[in-house]
Amino acid sequence: MLEIRFHGRGGGGTVVLATLLAKAFFQAGYQVQSFPFFGVERRGAPVEAYLRLASKKILARTGVTTPDHVVVQDQSLIEDIGVTVGLKPGGWILLNCSIPPSDMSAFANHRVAIVDATSIALKNRIGSRTHPIVNTAMIGAFARMMEAPPMDTVIAAIRKEVPSDPERNVAAAEAAYREVRFL
Amino acid sequence: MKQVLEGNSAVAEAVRLARVQVISAYPITPQSHIVEVLSDYCATGKMDARYLRVESEHSCLASLVGAACGGVRTFTATSSAGLAYMHEMLHWTAGSRLPIVMAEVNRALGAPWNIWSDQTDSLSQRDTGWIQLYCEDGQEVFDTTLQAFRLAEWVNLPVMVVMEGFLLSHTYEPVDIPEQEEVDRFLPPYNPAFKVDTKNPFTVNSIAPPSIYMEIRHDNAVAMDQVPERFDDVEKEFEVLFNRRYGAVEAINCDDAEIILVTSGTITSTARLLLEDLRDRGEKVALLKMKMFRPFPVELVCRALKSAKKVAVIDRNFSSGAGGIFLQEVRAALCNRQDRPLVFGYVVGLGGRDVTKAVLEEIYKATKDGDVPSDKSVWIGLREVKHAIGR
Repeated sequence: MLEIRFHGRGGGGTVVLATLLAKAFFQAGYQVQSFPFFGVERRGAPVEAYLRLASKKILARTGVTTPDHVVVQDQSLIEDIGVTVGLKPGGWILLNCSIPPSDMSAFANHRVAIVDATSIALKNRIGSRTHPIVNTAMIGAFARMMEAPPMDTVIAAIRKEVPSDPERNVAAAEAAYREVRFL
Repeated sequence: MKQVLEGNSAVAEAVRLARVQVISAYPITPQSHIVEVLSDYCATGKMDARYLRVESEHSCLASLVGAACGGVRTFTATSSAGLAYMHEMLHWTAGSRLPIVMAEVNRALGAPWNIWSDQTDSLSQRDTGWIQLYCEDGQEVFDTTLQAFRLAEWVNLPVMVVMEGFLLSHTYEPVDIPEQEEVDRFLPPYNPAFKVDTKNPFTVNSIAPPSIYMEIRHDNAVAMDQVPERFDDVEKEFEVLFNRRYGAVEAINCDDAEIILVTSGTITSTARLLLEDLRDRGEKVALLKMKMFRPFPVELVCRALKSAKKVAVIDRNFSSGAGGIFLQEVRAALCNRQDRPLVFGYVVGLGGRDVTKAVLEEIYKATKDGDVPSDKSVWIGLREVKHAIGR
């Protein structure tokens, strides 16, 4: 079983990110379970969501405390909270940032991928100029980083589940798939 | 077709496919998504139902009592404080023999404020005359909601489908949603045993003096006593069409076990994982999942537990002064049996605290090493705090 933790800020589509990936992975033949951190969310506050992937029915009904990989939607979270807490050695960290963090010491035991999801979201006019929504770009980058789920399932999930401008979101996912860099 | 759905949406899909005719609801976290989806279905014509917006949960159930007296299929959903506010009307619903179905999403009661999972809200309504069915995963939530209408309308008693907040209500997982035609085959249109009719007027629930009140209550008891058998019948019909059944209780490896863990809700799933591990290590351990709580399936529980030396009842709920509520009921069920096992009780996970496999293993070890059970439930996973007990 694989466990993935998603970090974001309230209103930024973090729960939707985990849910869209769950749906894409399910279409690709995985058993899935996704859920938000059960908190009292406020706009802008740090939030978490989780995704479990397995080949057989998932029985675990507990929190995710030792994820295999983490996804960070907002670079400012790195200073606010410990995004690597419990992260297994060798696990991936997918960061939304334009340039790599100057201090990479916290990630010494992990693999790091970066994608400028904010620029991609702005370019595709997703969300507003001040609050671009980066989750669909992050999904594209994730699919490339993990080599799963296949992009056709990602695109199908976005088209089915994203209510406004699904094609711009598909374009963002595809751009992030191409542009994600591995450090 | 299998879809990845939130538990709350699984309930809403079952209500849509059950062709419910009147829905009344007042929103409360973590239940709100259920009635948000249903309100959308009613507004857009995806469901042909009347959706009543009410000013409180008390009025919510009162309005459904009225609708159900008119002979239509009815549904509501609530949680915690909302359920507590319905308390009086819960008695009225069962006393009136109305087959109203409710999704009850477990959430702790205040004070202090807490929105997370805790079964004390539903279990503290155990004497209201409602059937209570507890669920373990999203598929069971969907299936039980459909079964609830069939069962309720068969015995003319209301049914509470109980699911834990967030752990089920907000978790996305694959759920098989059948086609309308398949559901119609399982659940025919509601044919009420009685309904108010302006052409043939009569009064429902006029005063019942001491000379008849007891007979009316006994009639409720007779109906309730039939429920384990009727539920089994409902499940047989369900299984023919959908190839799934759950049982009022599910006994896993109970025949040869020395220690049996008794669980309900999502803790059961995590306990299944522990059971695999412990069995691999040669431990003689088993699991009894409680789905039906009201009526309490005494015969099924005693049969499942009869060969065990020790039983560990795990409660995500607490009755202050009396302990875990499933513990009380299991002890009471066993008390007149010969060769009954020792019954240990544990309180875990109140107010949404995580119940991990390690917590369950700690309970198993404490039970294995224990000689005499405590009269009280043992609290697991407590932090060290200094207690102040009055002056």
